[in-house]
Amino acid sequence: MPLIEAKNLSKSYGAIRAVRDVSFAVDRGEVVAFLGPNGAGKSTTMKMLTGHLRADEGAATIAGFDVADQAVQAKQHLGYSPEGAPAYGEMTVREFLRFAADLRGLADPAESVRKTLDLCRLNEVAAQNIDTLSKGYRMRVGFAQAVIHDPAALILDEPTDGLDPNQKFEVRRILKEMAARKAVIVSTHILEEVGELCTRVIVIAKGEVRCDESREKVLARGSDLNAVFRQLTA
Amino acid sequence: MSSSENPSSPGLKPFAAMVRREFAGYFRTPLAYVFLAVFNAFAVSLAFFVGGLYESGIASLDRFFLYHPWLWAFLAPAAGARLWAEERRQGTIELLLTWPITVWQAALGKFLAAWLFLACALLMTVPVALTVGWLGEPDWGVIVAGYAGSLLCAGACLGIAAIASALTRSQVIAFVTGFLACFVLVLVGYGVFDELLAGALGSGGVDEIRRLGLWRNLEPFTLGLIDVRPIAYFLSVAFAGLGLSTIIVERR
Repeated sequence: MPLIEAKNLSKSYGAIRAVRDVSFAVDRGEVVAFLGPNGAGKSTTMKMLTGHLRADEGAATIAGFDVADQAVQAKQHLGYSPEGAPAYGEMTVREFLRFAADLRGLADPAESVRKTLDLCRLNEVAAQNIDTLSKGYRMRVGFAQAVIHDPAALILDEPTDGLDPNQKFEVRRILKEMAARKAVIVSTHILEEVGELCTRVIVIAKGEVRCDESREKVLARGSDLNAVFRQLTA
Repeated sequence: MSSSENPSSPGLKPFAAMVRREFAGYFRTPLAYVFLAVFNAFAVSLAFFVGGLYESGIASLDRFFLYHPWLWAFLAPAAGARLWAEERRQGTIELLLTWPITVWQAALGKFLAAWLFLACALLMTVPVALTVGWLGEPDWGVIVAGYAGSLLCAGACLGIAAIASALTRSQVIAFVTGFLACFVLVLVGYGVFDELLAGALGSGGVDEIRRLGLWRNLEPFTLGLIDVRPIAYFLSVAFAGLGLSTIIVERR
């Protein structure tokens, strides 16, 4: 059973068909780069996968649970960091993670918070209000709340957006550490992520899947990833 | 199947966490203290200076509770404005709705926390009751009934505030629309407005409409009368507001 599955997902906003008939499945150990130009339907697809948006047609499952009909079970197995890593700015990092742990009903929330602070190297800012953090730390806080329950499925919307090279390296390091045990989808428009991080690439453009191949196959399409990307999304 | 720590039902823990965070959220900013101070200042000064509580020479709090619909119409939307508008502004609504808690649990948690906060504001006025008790010999049962009625009235205003907050990402817009809606319910059955309405509709129609006003439903409590109808009125407004705001959040 795939840990993340999209079955014929479609979504329209009024007359605009944002996502058309998108299907794919992600298994344990896979890190999928979800690529596409801005406005291609990446975020809409992710929002349907996480149950935040209801699909007009089709279904999404996390760990076998339908995100619409078995929402709470599906969400227990899912870690999600939305674009821009929103968080309650008036809380400290520790308070925020503790809230995430409590809301998820974790057996030992204090221990989960401690481990996650270590994993994401957030200890030095644990007592700071999230509002006062730099963008790099904020992104890491968003990432931390997504992994605090050690979920089977992890969906990250532009997790390295706006980070400096060191911070990007840090996020990739953590992802690599966890990748073998999880099914991961990382949405991005940064092509270098493909080579560094992912095992598979899904390209989406104008709401449709244009390409769903292993990293090797995509890299074999041409030496210039930018050209490959332009050709696939044209 | 999964590496999640706790795939079984976590019971009431998530809900309790929700209430705790929301309640504590009020005290994370200075706004809460401003709110409590304003509520108390107005509650006391309206009762003593406008209502003439002291000059009346009667050991009762009905002149104190008389102004509570006005206070709640203004302050319940102020406290309730952040319920959903703030989640939308910060983008955290997307997190909240993808965490394993239903929208109904989240909405109820937020609502109860806000109501608890309003209860704290109300509780801080207990010295007024004690003063009356020191000056005379009030009927404590009537006073307790008055407090219960006022708290229910606060819940009704909060229900309306929750709808306003679910509709927008701006706390200011949520506050203003919530206040206007509550204000209409205050005016219904009040003085000049009541006479205007009676002129337009005749006395039969106006009596029915008057029942929909906040004061008409609070008044029996301040006289020590615990009746089913006003209780049902306040609770239905509160829970209709809660339900409607939840549906709005779910739909968007």
